[in-house]
Amino acid sequence: MAQAVAAREEQLDRWAVIWDWITTSDHKKIGLLYFWTSLAFFFVGGFLALGVRSQLVVPNSAMMSPEVYNQFFTMHALVMIFLALMPMSAAFFNFIIPLQIGARDVAFPRLNSFSYWVYLFGGLLLCSGFLFGAAPDIGWTGYTSLSSSQYTPGMSGDFYVMGLQVLGFSTVAAGLNFFVTIVNMRAPGMSLMRMPAFVWMSLVTFVLILLAFPALAIALFALMMDRNFDTVFFSAADGSVVMWQHLFWIFGHPEVYILILPAFGIISEVLPTFSRKPLFGYSFVVFSGITIAFLGFGVWVHHMFTVGMGPIPNMVFATTTMLIAIPTGVKILNWLATLWGGSIRLTTAMLFAVAFVGMFTIGGISGVMHAAVPIDYWQHDTYFIVAHLHYVLFGGTMFGLIAGIYYWFPKMFGRYMNEAMGKWHFWLTLIGFNLTFFPMHFLGVDGMPRRIYTYPSDFGWELWNLVATIGAYLLGFATLLLVINLIKSIRAGQAAPNDPWDARTLEWTTTSPPQKHNFDRTPQVRARDDFWDQKYNRTGEDAEAEGPEEHIHLPPGSYIPLLVAFGLMLLGAGIIFTLWLSVIGGIILTVGLFAWAFEPND
Amino acid sequence: MAAADQHSGHEGHHTTTGISHNKLLMWSFLASDCMFFGSLIMMYMVYRPEMTDLGGLGPNDLLDIPFSSLMTFVLLMSSLAFVLGLSSLQRGNEAGMRIWLTTTALLGLLFLGGESFEYMKFYGEGLSIGENIFGTAYFVTTGFHKIHVGIGVIWLLGIVAMSYRGRVPKERSEMVEIAGLYWHFVDIVWIVIFTFIFLVPYR
Repeated sequence: MAQAVAAREEQLDRWAVIWDWITTSDHKKIGLLYFWTSLAFFFVGGFLALGVRSQLVVPNSAMMSPEVYNQFFTMHALVMIFLALMPMSAAFFNFIIPLQIGARDVAFPRLNSFSYWVYLFGGLLLCSGFLFGAAPDIGWTGYTSLSSSQYTPGMSGDFYVMGLQVLGFSTVAAGLNFFVTIVNMRAPGMSLMRMPAFVWMSLVTFVLILLAFPALAIALFALMMDRNFDTVFFSAADGSVVMWQHLFWIFGHPEVYILILPAFGIISEVLPTFSRKPLFGYSFVVFSGITIAFLGFGVWVHHMFTVGMGPIPNMVFATTTMLIAIPTGVKILNWLATLWGGSIRLTTAMLFAVAFVGMFTIGGISGVMHAAVPIDYWQHDTYFIVAHLHYVLFGGTMFGLIAGIYYWFPKMFGRYMNEAMGKWHFWLTLIGFNLTFFPMHFLGVDGMPRRIYTYPSDFGWELWNLVATIGAYLLGFATLLLVINLIKSIRAGQAAPNDPWDARTLEWTTTSPPQKHNFDRTPQVRARDDFWDQKYNRTGEDAEAEGPEEHIHLPPGSYIPLLVAFGLMLLGAGIIFTLWLSVIGGIILTVGLFAWAFEPND
Repeated sequence: MAAADQHSGHEGHHTTTGISHNKLLMWSFLASDCMFFGSLIMMYMVYRPEMTDLGGLGPNDLLDIPFSSLMTFVLLMSSLAFVLGLSSLQRGNEAGMRIWLTTTALLGLLFLGGESFEYMKFYGEGLSIGENIFGTAYFVTTGFHKIHVGIGVIWLLGIVAMSYRGRVPKERSEMVEIAGLYWHFVDIVWIVIFTFIFLVPYR
């Protein structure tokens, strides 16, 4: 009897915990939700990549049908970009930014929870195409006319359009929220030029999100109208097929900076900490980040050199594209100079950060190569492009994010990760990564087109394809090590103190993991790298760094963001299945928004 | 009022810039919205040269500039009414605010009605959304703007309803001001649309 009661109470307790996670508006919990969800999607994307590599391991392979292969490479790109890399950055935005600027939460906690749920539902909507055998199969760029209803009738194109459209709401909402948070919620004394580099690069990312995502949203909206409501935006006869490419890349090029800038930020935290030196040329890092963002809007045509716009546009955009290498090169110099003469500790986070600099430089150089129009004509749509983009997105973004995981893990979970296993993970990743993607340069210059389903045996592509596939499996195995390390360290890692790395920024002043309200007293910032300054430069009464005790107010949780997110997803799903779903979704959305507006929030 | 003394609307938190979170959110949203409209209008401008010869169903045959000018005037007057409403509230005159904001919403509705009348007229003459590139670009661009006006009308009426229940006192006039930022923005966008879709000649 007593046992039954105890079991029931435990069950109730479990429900309370689940309810707490569902309704949470705590930026740290939302950050963890983002973290685990994006890691799960990272594995989905990785699985799809292994499928692609397995199909290509030998010539004339018929392991999977061409239709399934098209779905695999399309979904691999969409899942990795929109469901793994960006949300993994969002996990760090959520968890780290409020701590680094000395705030208790983000500006709009419920909007933050809304962003997460839209991301989850939108991600599931996008992936649910597989359940219907109709996952998007048109490439992640979704070029018209291929994506028009004439050539891709049926649901697969709609999953692409509506999945991305719903996800866009999540991204823009998060962009608005964090922009306001960084501009408006900094601790007293933290002027813009005292902000940690990660916060700066994130701020630039949010500006890019706010200005670039609308172009994608409008492009998708127009494509949806074309596919489902008979408009002629992208029809070859009445409209313009190339218009889609313009809109897509006006979004798409800033998007690659949206993906890489947070990693730049993470690296700019990790390298100084483990070199025990301030970031070299902080203001150069900041302003080169801003320059990259600005120029990022003026280079989109370099994705379209072969469209045939003529020599003048091609030359102009080739020039702007080469220009953008300058601020990027400035950053690489800054990172190298940060290492110079520092007392370097080669932790796993540091190894990944250093490898980031090397791998990203390779990716950057191959990028400048096809900024030259004639060379791009040769390399366009070949595996050389695939090699380039994986060097910047995996060797760049993902290495940066993994460095972030090893660096902030003690803060997020209160324990160290296993360094020995971490080093195995690092070396296997580095070797597997280069085995996979370096040979693709050779395949590309040998003329192997990207997205090709299979290839004949007499082109001399067998060896490098075999090497790439072996590398991919090694990479997959290495990533398993990361997850094992994460789980083991959360269960039984060595307990970490507040400041395990002797670091420089405010997040390390609070407990590990941070208490619910982050800081007992609002930090008073007096210097860039304030925590370091506190530890080593201030003495006596100068060390009295914290503000007076204050009343701490935290907003309650709410289930309404979840409801609104669900309504939004149904609204999008209705376009794919039947418009009745849209009606139901619209009603839930409207009711939810009113409930949101009138919910007491104090 | 010194900027540093201002507090955010809903929780009374001190903010770094002195601008409340809500207001900064609206400004940054409008920046983003500029790019939404910018993409649509850019598309329209690229398609514009193709619109001269559409067999009796092009802009030169259908657009009624005097009528649209009247509608533009109506929408601009709604902005004036809004300013008067906000200024009433800031002087503590809640009833005046309600009257002027209701006027604003009614003028917005009149604009929507007039534009819908034009839609029906065009449709009656045979211009459907999929008929040609003018139909597509015209209906979608102005339709996107109309959704914005519609949301604004609902928002304004919501404020009026809340004011009847005494929930929009002088001290919370900032929430009206933020709605105003949105309303004026939507008006300004219409001026751009009116210029580039209606006024500039199609040659």
